[in-house]
Amino acid sequence: MKLFNLIRIALRALQRNKLRAFLTMLGIIIGVGAVISMVAIGQGSKKSIQDQLSSMGSNMITIRPNSNQTAGGGARLDATNLQTLTLDDIKAIQSQAQYLNEVSPAVQGRGQAINGSLNWPTTMQGVSPDFLTIRNWPLKEGDTFTDADVNGAAKVCLVGQTVIENIFDPGDSPVGKTIRFSKIPFKVIGVLAEKGENAFGQDQDDIILAPYTTVQKRILAIPYIQTIYASAVNAESSGPATQEISQILRTTHKLTNDNQDDFTVRTQAELISTFSSTSQLLTVLLAAIAGISLLVGGIGIMNIMYVSVTERTKEIGLRMSIGARGVDILMQFLIEAVVISITGGIIGVLFGLLASKLITVFLSWPTLVSESSIILSFMVCAITGIFFGYYPAQKASRLDPIEALRYE
Amino acid sequence: MKNFQPGKTLNLKLLKVKLKTMANKIVDIHDLKREFIMGSEIVRALKGVSFSVEEGEFVTIMGSSGSGKTTLLNILGCLDKPTDGTYLLDNVDVKKLSRNELAQLRNRKIGFVFQSYNLLARTSAIENVELPLLYNPSVTTSHRHQMAIKALEAVRLSDRLDHLPNQLSGGQQQRVAIARALVNEPVMILADEATGNLDSKTSYEIMALIQELNRQGKTIVFVTHEPDIASFSNRTITLKDGKIIKDSKNQNVRSAKDMLASIPANEE
Repeated sequence: MKLFNLIRIALRALQRNKLRAFLTMLGIIIGVGAVISMVAIGQGSKKSIQDQLSSMGSNMITIRPNSNQTAGGGARLDATNLQTLTLDDIKAIQSQAQYLNEVSPAVQGRGQAINGSLNWPTTMQGVSPDFLTIRNWPLKEGDTFTDADVNGAAKVCLVGQTVIENIFDPGDSPVGKTIRFSKIPFKVIGVLAEKGENAFGQDQDDIILAPYTTVQKRILAIPYIQTIYASAVNAESSGPATQEISQILRTTHKLTNDNQDDFTVRTQAELISTFSSTSQLLTVLLAAIAGISLLVGGIGIMNIMYVSVTERTKEIGLRMSIGARGVDILMQFLIEAVVISITGGIIGVLFGLLASKLITVFLSWPTLVSESSIILSFMVCAITGIFFGYYPAQKASRLDPIEALRYE
Repeated sequence: MKNFQPGKTLNLKLLKVKLKTMANKIVDIHDLKREFIMGSEIVRALKGVSFSVEEGEFVTIMGSSGSGKTTLLNILGCLDKPTDGTYLLDNVDVKKLSRNELAQLRNRKIGFVFQSYNLLARTSAIENVELPLLYNPSVTTSHRHQMAIKALEAVRLSDRLDHLPNQLSGGQQQRVAIARALVNEPVMILADEATGNLDSKTSYEIMALIQELNRQGKTIVFVTHEPDIASFSNRTITLKDGKIIKDSKNQNVRSAKDMLASIPANEE
């Protein structure tokens, strides 16, 4: 028996009952469409959280001092006042770490930024030129400071958008101007691109960046550093990089096995995974609900195929009398079920894509249609067709031609 | 299996039938028995039936209900197998065949014509006729189409190829069904009360067509309970209580064509 002929027979049979075939398909269409659009909503929200977090700097690793357990008890200090991180630590990390690209020290101080008659309270962060790379932060205008500026503790700075809006008149180009911060004049050599709020709602543009040496010596008058920012080679290596940094710092800080770390190492990956697991749960929930509707669609196919077999008993009898074998009848009904489910699947995928698009356009929810959800729901469809189509098809194929012919 | 093609060597074969006493036996039944178990009772539908049908014969099988007529028809049509006895269809022993082999035998050697036509609804005449060929993988698509047209020409419906069953009269529908029975070039056409749903005029038309096909060399076995219809055949086998009570050649074979001509035209 040629499969091609069977497909032709099945298609003709479906054609004779277009409306019913379509209504049966509708269950699958809605099921697949729901799976795809629901997963798209889940994935979309996950993606937007990830994007927000990675806008803080991709693969960024943050090292802060940690309140060490003092031997005799006593008061534990706030992390910013701890003096355990030094430039020697940075040198050790830079020379020994293999999983890191850039490393930058950071110190920061609050103060009033003044330009002429305008002033604004803000934060000045002292960093190395690599900081912009670590934070994935481009300049809008001008240039960044150099290693020479760092070595010379030059009074130059890069200004964030929020600060510019508050101390410069609109249309005024800040590059080349001199502003004062904590009474010290700084030459503006660059403007930072707008970065917006971070995932916690903080304004990332309310900042002035300067060489860390300048901030250390001229603003804070401290020899130690408060934070170390580093970037891992890629997202996968942030784990090993963290361990590597811990080992290096434990060595430079001369910590024995009994001592706890006097620093903490945090990666973006940890943050991302926390947020991701929440949205992953959302995705799974939505997909489960949508999956149930797909199952209902499959049962719909089985139901209709059963009715169809009973209704077409006489046709089955005729087909058998003119030479159709049981397997031919089985295949015909199975192909009918699979054609319904696969056609429904294709329409459902298109429907799901359209629905995701409409959700983004009209509700402004982020959606992300993943290929895997399309492939998966399509596979489920085909399997549903075979699974739910098989039993009625088998029933049809086992009919006795004599009784089937006499069936009224 | 021997492949028999009646259309090609038509006149020669007819001559052979007349010249030789030993003609090719299409159906050869010996001491056929069929028993059904109904609860605790054994119903013996056929109690030892023997007869044979030769190539080119037109046989009617008569009998009232309960005579075993339908059981015999099912066995002749390879839809059912005998409990005992032998049935050779075109020299093939049906008893030894599996379900699938029986289906193939029906497909290649038998053409069914039913009382209720059994055409597929919402399916054109030509597609209905093509149906048996779809279950024969050796027939190509273009060949299938040609064979179906040829079969519809033989029943004079070549101008109704794309008509749906509900656009055809009862007689025309039965002619499509006959075309479907002819299309696979079977060794035997098996008709089951093929005129039962038709008025007498249309019945005569169908019988005229069947007589014509018989003249062209087709072997025909026609199951009916109407003696009127039986008078168009060459031979009548009468069953009663699962046994043959009469098997005789008809001396005065009526011509359905003449009967049709004798009906006044205004009767329509």
